[in-house]
Amino acid sequence: MDLFEYQAKKLFADHGVPVPSGKVATTPDEARAIATDLGGRVVVKAQVKTGGRGKAGGVKVADGPADATTKAAAILGMDIKGHTVHSVLVEQASDIAEEYYASFLLDRANRTFLAMCSREGGMEIEEVAATKPEALARIPIDPLTGVDATVARQIAVAAKLPQAALDGATELLVKLWDVFVRSDATLVEVNPLILTADGRVLALDGKVSLDENASFRHPDHTGFVDVAAVDPLEQRAKEKNLNYVKLSGQVGIIGNGAGLVMSTLDVVTYAGEEFGGQRPANFLDIGGGASAQVMADGLSIILSDPEVKSVFVNIFGGITACDAVANGIVQALEIVGDVTTPLVVRLDGNNADEGRRILTEANLDVVRPVDTMDGAAKLAAQLAAAAA
Amino acid sequence: MAIWLDETSKILVQGITGSEGRKHTARMLRAGSVIVGGTNPKKAGTEVEGVPVFATVAETIEKTGANVSVVYVPPAGTKAAVIEAIDTGIPLVVVITEGVPVHDTTDFWAYAQSKGNTTRIIGPNCPGIISPGKSNAGIIPADITPPGRIGLVSKSGTLTYQMMYELRDFGFSTAVGIGGDPVIGTTHIDALDAFQADDGTDAIVMIGEIGGDAEERAAAYIEAHITKPVVGYVAGFTAPEGKTMGHAGAIVSGSSGTAQAKKEALEKAGVRVGKTPSETARLMADVMRSF
Repeated sequence: MDLFEYQAKKLFADHGVPVPSGKVATTPDEARAIATDLGGRVVVKAQVKTGGRGKAGGVKVADGPADATTKAAAILGMDIKGHTVHSVLVEQASDIAEEYYASFLLDRANRTFLAMCSREGGMEIEEVAATKPEALARIPIDPLTGVDATVARQIAVAAKLPQAALDGATELLVKLWDVFVRSDATLVEVNPLILTADGRVLALDGKVSLDENASFRHPDHTGFVDVAAVDPLEQRAKEKNLNYVKLSGQVGIIGNGAGLVMSTLDVVTYAGEEFGGQRPANFLDIGGGASAQVMADGLSIILSDPEVKSVFVNIFGGITACDAVANGIVQALEIVGDVTTPLVVRLDGNNADEGRRILTEANLDVVRPVDTMDGAAKLAAQLAAAAA
Repeated sequence: MAIWLDETSKILVQGITGSEGRKHTARMLRAGSVIVGGTNPKKAGTEVEGVPVFATVAETIEKTGANVSVVYVPPAGTKAAVIEAIDTGIPLVVVITEGVPVHDTTDFWAYAQSKGNTTRIIGPNCPGIISPGKSNAGIIPADITPPGRIGLVSKSGTLTYQMMYELRDFGFSTAVGIGGDPVIGTTHIDALDAFQADDGTDAIVMIGEIGGDAEERAAAYIEAHITKPVVGYVAGFTAPEGKTMGHAGAIVSGSSGTAQAKKEALEKAGVRVGKTPSETARLMADVMRSF
């Protein structure tokens, strides 16, 4: 889960990482009130989960409450790379002397954590890495010992931060590591990290990605979910504990196992090329169990998608045998009721013959059993094209 | 022959008294696995499916000679369970648990390294390892395929089963599910290396999926070190950027982690890559018929 800047800065502040004072606003009037409280010059910043908002005009300095209101009105509702701005962060303007970069992240390839730090801040770090790799210090962090003041200073020195910023940066990095570990983040990034004219080191921006596998120990993180941005079908699926991702095609997909479902999306796309570009409408992994109720929950979500013209149920019977899955499908159709969308079903593996027999004997008009995954994908695409 | 798991393996089950542990202990026993014990500090002295429950991993090993641990402990307790196993120096730990926080996995991986890397960790979030006809440690259905001479390594559970099923006429030496999390213990490369050295394996199927660069690294390794035929499959060609596809690690971010890049890297290393699971199985069938 990626956080908005204002949410990242809330986490930063909670762990003692210095950030400018500020608050989030969703209307120009709220922006005015915040600017009044803060006093002096403020910065109005679009809250979007994408880079390049500065260039797009999403960050403006305002010289007081009236100006902040005007700037907020201009920024709210803007479209930045396909993201609509629903809120702005209004914060105290900082007197920037220099801009740096700092982050901690999961280094997947090396199975450890990595600190990155640079004297070149404020621009895209990918650009620094590509054009001036020597300016970007990369220090592996031992997960067992973490980042204390000694390691933090090594990072700052390796990044060639100037003497004036070393103490402040060291202190900030120790606290930023605290955010990274205690929030179960996979990324905490500060760009720019600034040295102010009066010698303070502050996080002027913040980017945080949290590990959703760790949400069981962070009940407070549920408040970070951007409810407005969640697809309603994905929300319903989540409530039913289903692993569902909405896509933009016509063939609904249900399968068991993440890899098999990903593979099903591919096979349906290839098959769809022959039928006017029919594509998968979703990813849905119902897991190993595939009980009647889970099948019914999945089917009812997929059938509520108005784009769906056919459904492909792709099951490999492993732990759960195919006869149980077939019974599940028959019962699921009864639970959902009134299903008219064709259901192409491919059952393979444990007790597949028995499963197919159950489906054939149930004599359901909408169910079309097919023996192979490739054949079933083709029929599902064909039926979707015919219904379009 | 087989890799890492065979008829001499003595398995202990961490989390044997939970519903998953109990269910899969019964299944592993039916598959002919030798299960010598399980652990639960609060239920030591009891039995599950006739298997004695001990308080700790160390005690289980001392009393039974266990040399493989299979972990079904829920995510909140997984890190402690794996560290307990590492502390005994047990050679193989198979972590089935799904949903382990990546900080925990990174921690126990670092811990294993600090202890001299004497414990092989498979997983987490994986279906485990099976050497058909010899032993089964995890949740892979045991009756899909008889023993044979194909080795398989995969990020995905059901695609593993699918491939074993399509190639059941040839059979498998060992199939290893390494899991789809961003950080895992055993990698494609570890398995490729072991299959290369195993005289019971003639050819290798490698199944990857979007996210990370493990397949690209494996491709480079194959080019340099693997002389046995390798057939590959990569899932997720049509997955959109920025959406996690079921597995925590299966995500395309920007231009990194795409299936196309992985396929190209593998093909460049001389690996035949199937467009679908069935085509991949046909490619491997051709290889096996050529021996």
